[in-house]
Amino acid sequence: MSLLTIIVAALFYFAAVIFLTGVLYRVWLYAKVPAPLKIATTPAPVTRWGVVLRMFREVFFFESLFKSNKLLWILAALFHYGLALVLFRHLRYFLDPVPLVVQLAQPFGKYASFAMIIGLLGLWARRFLIDRVRYITAPSDHLMLALLVLIGLSGALTTFVAHTDIVALKQFTMGLLTFDLKPLPGDPLLVIHLLLVATLMIVFPYSKLLHGVGVFFSPTRNMVDNPREQRHVASWARKLELEEENS
Amino acid sequence: MAKANFEVPEITGVTEVPPIQPDSMAHLETFRAKPEFMEALGFPGEMPEDWKEKAIEAMGDMLKKYRSFQVFLDSCVKCGACTDKCHYFLGTADPKNMPVARQDLLRKVYRRYFTLAGKFFPKLVGAVDLTEEVLHDWYNYYHQCSQCRRCSVFCPYGIDTAEISMAAREIMDRIGVGDKYCNEIIGKVFRIGNNLGLPEPALADTLEGLEEDVYDDTGVKVRYPLDEKGAEILLVTPSADFFAEPHVDGLMGYGKVFHEAGVSWTLSSYASEAANFGMFIGSYENMRKVSLRIRKAAIDLGVKRIIFGECGHAWRVAYAFLNTLAGPFDFLDPKYPVPQHILEFTWEQIQAGKLKLDPSANDDMVVTFHDSCNVARATRMGDKPGGQFEIPRNVIKAVCNNYVDMPDGTIREATFCCGGGGGLLTDDLMELRVKGAKPRMDALKAATEEHGVTHMAAICAICKSQFTKVIPYYGFDMDQIVSVHQLVSNAIILTGQNEGGEEEESEEDAA
Repeated sequence: MSLLTIIVAALFYFAAVIFLTGVLYRVWLYAKVPAPLKIATTPAPVTRWGVVLRMFREVFFFESLFKSNKLLWILAALFHYGLALVLFRHLRYFLDPVPLVVQLAQPFGKYASFAMIIGLLGLWARRFLIDRVRYITAPSDHLMLALLVLIGLSGALTTFVAHTDIVALKQFTMGLLTFDLKPLPGDPLLVIHLLLVATLMIVFPYSKLLHGVGVFFSPTRNMVDNPREQRHVASWARKLELEEENS
Repeated sequence: MAKANFEVPEITGVTEVPPIQPDSMAHLETFRAKPEFMEALGFPGEMPEDWKEKAIEAMGDMLKKYRSFQVFLDSCVKCGACTDKCHYFLGTADPKNMPVARQDLLRKVYRRYFTLAGKFFPKLVGAVDLTEEVLHDWYNYYHQCSQCRRCSVFCPYGIDTAEISMAAREIMDRIGVGDKYCNEIIGKVFRIGNNLGLPEPALADTLEGLEEDVYDDTGVKVRYPLDEKGAEILLVTPSADFFAEPHVDGLMGYGKVFHEAGVSWTLSSYASEAANFGMFIGSYENMRKVSLRIRKAAIDLGVKRIIFGECGHAWRVAYAFLNTLAGPFDFLDPKYPVPQHILEFTWEQIQAGKLKLDPSANDDMVVTFHDSCNVARATRMGDKPGGQFEIPRNVIKAVCNNYVDMPDGTIREATFCCGGGGGLLTDDLMELRVKGAKPRMDALKAATEEHGVTHMAAICAICKSQFTKVIPYYGFDMDQIVSVHQLVSNAIILTGQNEGGEEEESEEDAA
């Protein structure tokens, strides 16, 4: 077993733990903090089922972003949908045998990396070209885009230019999953790709990438518009009422 | 045109997104509340020595109490979708008036004290220590937000700058830094019962005057009752309705509708205010205390229903928060939602054919409608989502023959704030108010040129006061602003009314 294999494997286990605990901690935190008042942005659905549909449109079609800015919406969609397809395609490295849908997605997944990279470069260009967006951009915003672009590029290169030994890679990834380490092909592009992905997983729970979790907890989007029918008293607000009754 | 000691933006009918001009509004700071007014609301009168620690502590407390605050501070990706949506940015070009940048004033401190990245790599993620300079920015720019929620419509995560700005004001209040306008007004509500400080005798006098006016006009005795026990309906309306123009014409209209509907109603001198500035300062406790006055008035007067008059943020507190803050209202008639909006009531009466209307009475006007921000984006009217847009338009169309909308993208959920909401309706912020009205003025100009609009109807006391004050800066006339129930009042023909009464009056005028 090479030192490289051990280092990359250890890094991935570490990254996976940070990613999972970090995201679970955030979910727990957001779920724990009460939302003391009904603040849905209206017009809002008046039923729970309606809210599910609203969230679905928001998460899968970026409805609000579409209302805001068509070019930004296109770039965001290129990136996110590209990434989603690429991730789906990557299931082939973690499932054995590879399910039919994943096999069918393979050709789309390969080219989706281009959509992802084009989307990212467009989003990045906005940070230089539009004065308002330049004003709100912090160094970390550039770094995050750089990280994602490099992940996309290194991945695309292993697919389209310098082919990696897929069979050996799959043995390595399956080994990771079954805690039975197998050697990692020493392909520099692949190693870079994996190191960048591990970095992304570690950064995720501590950065703005959390928006993927936050959107589900956004009270302006996930609340039912029924404040006249139902009271919505938070636990800390209930205490105010009890204090009065007791005084 | 009104004179200004600042440059009034030019209106073209189309609002262009301006290139940013950093710090162009940094000079504008609203007056601070005196210690006695801070203490009356349960806040420290002066800044304590350890104000930084206290502010961070307050921020930590808000993070535990408000999910919106925690989630919104974490979730922003700086995509820029909101950057061209705020009327104050569009009117002033100050980049700190872009919603995301306004949030960042607080977010960068949150990151420094509450996140790992900000603790270890502040420069990288744009985190900063809380300093006097930062506090100064907070005070200036969180009082340049009218909490209109337009940005929240366009944010892909639904981040609502209003929530951040309310939290910021609460944090500042807790370290003794409060704004004079809001905090003094809340004090007046606690002491006297309304924002304007009108005591019971003054209210009684005004209402008697209204009864006489309506009688002179129509020959019908329409009542405007105060503190009448056993009335069916408690009407809670913004105190500006008692004397300001065009508000009071709206109040006359409510009375005529109640009269024709044949229901008994009353105002309360104890809860003689629909407005609730506790929301503007983000203070749950103060908002709740003001709301409880309405509950008490309803119990004391033994009413069966509560109806709110035309007011924007008041309808938000009433519709979205009242039941939570001051409920349950199980002592009222369960047949009706609690509370109702006067427009819901009037629209029901119109549909039931209870009102005799002559829309030609408003034929001298081509009317458009300004959707108030809080009504549009934080409430509903009727059963269906969007009723807050349809019901006011339906009522206007029932009483006016000439109605047109302003351009898409400036109405309904995308409506522009009047520029005076959120507790900013004070003369020391006049420059902001005038510039912030620009997008609405552009839209009004477009509607004027395209459709010959002569009047803009509003359903909010703040909108009406703001517009009558600022539209002269843009070459319009203050009389162009009307209350929706003023239009109703013009068109309604009361049972037993002197037909042709108006002609008699005009003869008198000529004589």
